[in-house]
Order: sequence, then structure tokens, then C-alpha cells
Amino acid sequence: MSETPDNDIILSVKDLVKRYKGSEQPVLNGVSVDVRRGETVVVLGPSGCGKSTLLRCIVGLEDIQGGEVVLNGKVISGSARTSALRQRIGMVFQSYDLFPNKTVLGNVTLAPLVVQGREKEEVNAQAEQLLQRVGLWDKRDVYPSTLSGGQKQRIAIVRALMTNPEVMLFDEVTAALDPEMVHEVLQVILELSDQGMTMVIVTHEMGFARAIADQVVLLDGGGVVECSHDPESFFEMPSTQRAKDFLGTFEFRREKRAECT
Amino acid sequence: MDWSFIQKFAPYYVLAAQVTVSISFWGIVLSLVIGLVCSMITELKVPVARQIVAAYIELSRGTPLLVQLFFLYFGFPKLGITLSAETCAIVGLAFLGGSYMSEAFRGGIEAVGPTQTESCRVLGMTWGQTMRHVVIPQALSTALPGVVANVIFLVKESSVVSGIALADLMYLTKDLIGLYYNTTESLLMLVVAYTLILLPISIVGTILERRFDYARR
Amino acid sequence: MQGASNILLEGNNLSRLFAGLGVSIQIALVSVLLSIPLGILVGVFMTSRSRVVRFILRFYLDFIRIMPQLVLLYIVFFGTAAWFGVSFDGYTSSIVVFTLWGAAEMGDLVRGALESIPRMQYDSAYVLGFDRRQTFTCIILPQAVRRLLPPAVNLITRMVKTTSLCMLIGVVELIRVGAQIIDLNRFAHPDGALWIYGAIFFMYFFVCFPLSLLSRYLEKRASK
Repeated sequence: MSETPDNDIILSVKDLVKRYKGSEQPVLNGVSVDVRRGETVVVLGPSGCGKSTLLRCIVGLEDIQGGEVVLNGKVISGSARTSALRQRIGMVFQSYDLFPNKTVLGNVTLAPLVVQGREKEEVNAQAEQLLQRVGLWDKRDVYPSTLSGGQKQRIAIVRALMTNPEVMLFDEVTAALDPEMVHEVLQVILELSDQGMTMVIVTHEMGFARAIADQVVLLDGGGVVECSHDPESFFEMPSTQRAKDFLGTFEFRREKRAECT
Repeated sequence: MDWSFIQKFAPYYVLAAQVTVSISFWGIVLSLVIGLVCSMITELKVPVARQIVAAYIELSRGTPLLVQLFFLYFGFPKLGITLSAETCAIVGLAFLGGSYMSEAFRGGIEAVGPTQTESCRVLGMTWGQTMRHVVIPQALSTALPGVVANVIFLVKESSVVSGIALADLMYLTKDLIGLYYNTTESLLMLVVAYTLILLPISIVGTILERRFDYARR
Repeated sequence: MQGASNILLEGNNLSRLFAGLGVSIQIALVSVLLSIPLGILVGVFMTSRSRVVRFILRFYLDFIRIMPQLVLLYIVFFGTAAWFGVSFDGYTSSIVVFTLWGAAEMGDLVRGALESIPRMQYDSAYVLGFDRRQTFTCIILPQAVRRLLPPAVNLITRMVKTTSLCMLIGVVELIRVGAQIIDLNRFAHPDGALWIYGAIFFMYFFVCFPLSLLSRYLEKRASK
């Protein structure tokens, strides 16, 4: 997994610098990550290391102070993102953020209908197919408030998939869930990976990270500490001391999670 | 702007403001008492009394003060009960304000969660002790911003007592405009008088609300 | 009591009272209909980034809030004649004041509702490709309206009650009609005041009570 031609790289972050207003220290200070088509990149790191900020910068929710974000060879950072550009990168948040005034079906079909102006029948057919896949088609007419966290998060994933994005970003999507619901959500993501979806995942679930990652990026202190295309060896024998220390904090959790995922 | 007019009649405004303030004051004091009693009856679910309180709150909130005053001032004498204009104004204000205060107190009591009283019971406190030391202090601080808002509301509502010929700020203003046509000066003094009465209360209310917000975080 | 009970049923007294009630409701209704679009405008501008705009609107809202409605009625009713030479009649003055008041209160409700929508709803819409206008009309506004509805109905109730003040600037509405009937029957029905004001009391109540029930129902539904 070493030399790959450049045209296989779908999303590329180059020397990204992000500094929040009024703070001296940049959150991200020269971060570079390359994501190949069909690859699953897992971003790890201690709390506050800027993992979520990285995703928010990629998708354009945050302005950046340096570097660039490249999608399919085109720089997409810097100027305001057009709607068409935003549809090509899907993102799922920790707090689901479904639209409370819309039913499940309404939530997942809103963007295709309003933003993409697609035909209702075709959109509904896609919604049915995707909701079936996550096992929630029978919940299509209920409002989000009646659903469990795990159900809401699976619907949020479907909602993001409905615009047919080329890359999906997952920002700690299981962090707010009760433990017994984590699995059902991770399972959906695992299936997406199997189908060849390109994904960048920020997570604290080490077992899951190990099971799904094609590439592991460890962020700390505003930069990439370690980046590995061989996750097994990263988890077994990390090359930097910082990575060892970080993985050490999960020691007692690791075996347990491994069985789950 | 006719400053000599203002100079001449400013003292009258002070007198009229005293009428507004004193009627509001007694009306508010009575409102607080009625509100406290009603919220207790509702909270303790006293049979019959509870239904009466519920009906009173709906009636009081569903009708304008001016109509309540007219009924008291013009209607009651026909039943053989004659009240002075001052008494009518205070009773009317209390009838209106009681329901608003009751709602504010009830909100405060309900905001104190059941776990608080349960904790007290586990600690072996009596109902009285629980109320005095735990529930009421918490309920009051929650209810306070609402109570202050009601105080402002009632002072403003008191402006309608001119309708039953009480010589408050509104009555004086209308009189002066009618007699001297010094509309600008009269209205200016009217606005200034209400600002001087209400602005301090409103500022206190804002401060309390901020503090309450802070406590809730 | 015998003669008095007749005052309500005598001649066209009752229908005159209902016509008076109609005027009261009309003032409230016209003002509400004008307040809603103006209020949405005020509310949207209250969340504006410009400090000057926010300050001006804050001052407008605070002034309207701190002044008794009767003072506002006096300012418009007496003031317009003195300052601009145009004299609004009581009816127009009432609608002007109620609309100014309603737009301010509604504006603040709209502002509160807009600010209560979590930031993440905007972010979610953004990553799905919604533009600013689509985000506002498809996602933010419908949610804001749901939160807005119960206090808006409350505001309508307050407006209906406050129409009672219009009689003090000479509008012939419910209470004024009642007072006229009492005056006309001063000798035939000396205790007319009791019956007429009693009737007016309950007429207001039967308009406001259903509105208050509606507001409570909406509140329960919105909090679901």
C-alpha cells in the first residue's frame, strides 16, 4: 500500500492551518492528509486535538488561515462553497441534528427535493432503499423525537447519503449514544465501507477504528503525529512514543471493543 | 416647548404619580398575597378550593382590567356595595394581579424537581421543614423574574384607573391637554413620569433575570 | 331585579352590544394581521449583525414595552393632531398603536424563536447543500413558527383585552356602547350598570378563554 498514482486521491488536505478568532495558538498547524477513492481514513487523537475542527474545515463550516482542501484535483477551500460542491461531501455530526419538524422520510428527502430539485418518485425510491438498508423504513412517518439515539443517528447517515456524496465525514457519531446503540450505528458505517464509500471518520471507538481503517491518522498538538496505511501494525506497534501513550489510555477498553466490532 | 408650562405643572405630575404609585403598590401587595394563597391551594390540590382558584384565574386573565373596574365601580353599588374609586382601583388591580402572581409562583414551585422533596424525605425532614428550607427558597428565586415582570405589568395596567375618575397621571394629562392644549409638554411629562417609575423596576428585573439564567446553567 | 334583567333583552340592546364587541375584535384583528408581517421583519432585523440596527430596534421595543398602552394611545391620539396637524380619529389611532405594539412584541418573539434554533441545524443544512434562503425558509422558519405560535396567540388575547382602552380615546367599541345603553336607560333601569358591565365582562371572557385554551394546546404540542 505504498505507491499509488495521484489521480486515485479524491480528497486532499494540504498544510491546513486553522486558528480560532482571539486565540494565538492554532488548533491545526499544517495538517496534511490524503484520502484515496474507496478508502476509510480514521482520525484519532486526544480530546481537543482538532479532529472535529479538521472535518469542519474540510466541509467548509470553518474558514481556514492557511493551506488548502482539494477535491478531485480542484481547490475547494478559500472561496465560498457553492451548494453543488457541498453536496459532494456528506457529513454526520455527533448530535444527529435531524430536523425536528419533519418526519423521518421528510428529513431524508428534503435536501434531494429542495436543493437538488430531483423528482419526488425517484427520491422516495432511493429513500426507501436506504432506509430499508438501515432497518428503519417502517419508521418513515414518525417524528425524530420519538426515536432512540441510535435510530436518529442511522437516519442522519441516510440523510447525508441521499445527496449521493463522493466522500462521507463522520464526526464522533457514536459519542452521544448509549453503549448498546453504538453497535447498530457502527454496523451501518462498516457496510458503507464494504460498498466502497470513501470516508473520513473521527472516533473514540478503538476496536471499531481498528476493524475499519485503511489509513490511521493520529492528531495531537495541532499536527499529524503519526500516519499509517497499515492499521494493524499501528495498533500493535506504533512507531512514535506519543502514539504509544495515546493508545495506552485505551488499554483496558481495547479487548472488550474488539469483540463487539 | 413651553418650559414655563412644564415648570408650573410638574408639581401636579408629582402628585398624580403618587396616586399611580400608591394604587399600584397596594394592588401589588394584595396580588402577592392572593397569588401565594392561590398557588398553595393549587399545589396542595385542596379539593373544591382548587377548582374555584382555577376558575378565578381564567376569569381574571380573560377579562380587561377596565371592565373589572367598571363592574366594581358602577355595577357593585346596585348590589348595595359601594366602594370608593381608590378601593375599586386597588381591589381591581389585586383581582387582576392575583392570577398573574399565582402563575409565577406556581412556575417557581414546579421548577423545584421532585427529587428535591424526595431527598428531604430521605434525610428525615418534615413537610414544613422541606418547604421552608428547601422548596420555597428555590421556588422564590425561580419565580422572582416573573414576579418583577408582573409588577411592571400591574403598574402599567394601573393607568386605566383614570377611567373611574381617579386623578392619576393619565387623568391629569388628559385634563391638561383639554384645558390648555399644551399637548407636547403634557405628553412629555407623562412619558417621563412613567419612565422614572418603571425604568428602575425594569432594570432590577433584567439583573434578576441574568442572575437566574446564570444559576440555571 | 325584575326590570333590570330586561335591559339586556330590551329593544336591540343585546345586538348593539354584540356590534360593539365586533368593533373591538375588528381593531384587534386588523392590528394582528398588520403586526405579523411587520413583526417577522422586525424580528429578522433584530438578529442583524449591525449594531446600529439592533440598538434602534432594542430602543423601539423597550420604549413600547415600558409605556402603558394607554400612554401610547394618548401620544398618537393627541400627539398627531398637535405635531402633524393630521388628526387621527380614535379608531385609526388605536390600530396604529396596536400595530406598533404588536410588531414590537411579535418581533421580539420572532427573534427569540430564531435564536432558539440550535446552531447545528444551520450546520446540518449547510453540509446538505442548502443555500441561505433555502435554509431559512425550509428549515429555520418552520421550526421558529412552531415555537412562535403559542406566545403569538397569547399576544392576540392581550390585544383583544387591551381594546377596552380604546373607549378612553372615544372609540365606540363594546364598553362605550355599554355605557351609552346604561345612560339611555338611567331611569327605566337604574341598576343597568350591573347587568351591562356583567355582560361585557363575560363577553370578553368568552372571546379570550378559547384563545387561551388554544395557546395552551399549541404549547403542549410544540414541546413534544
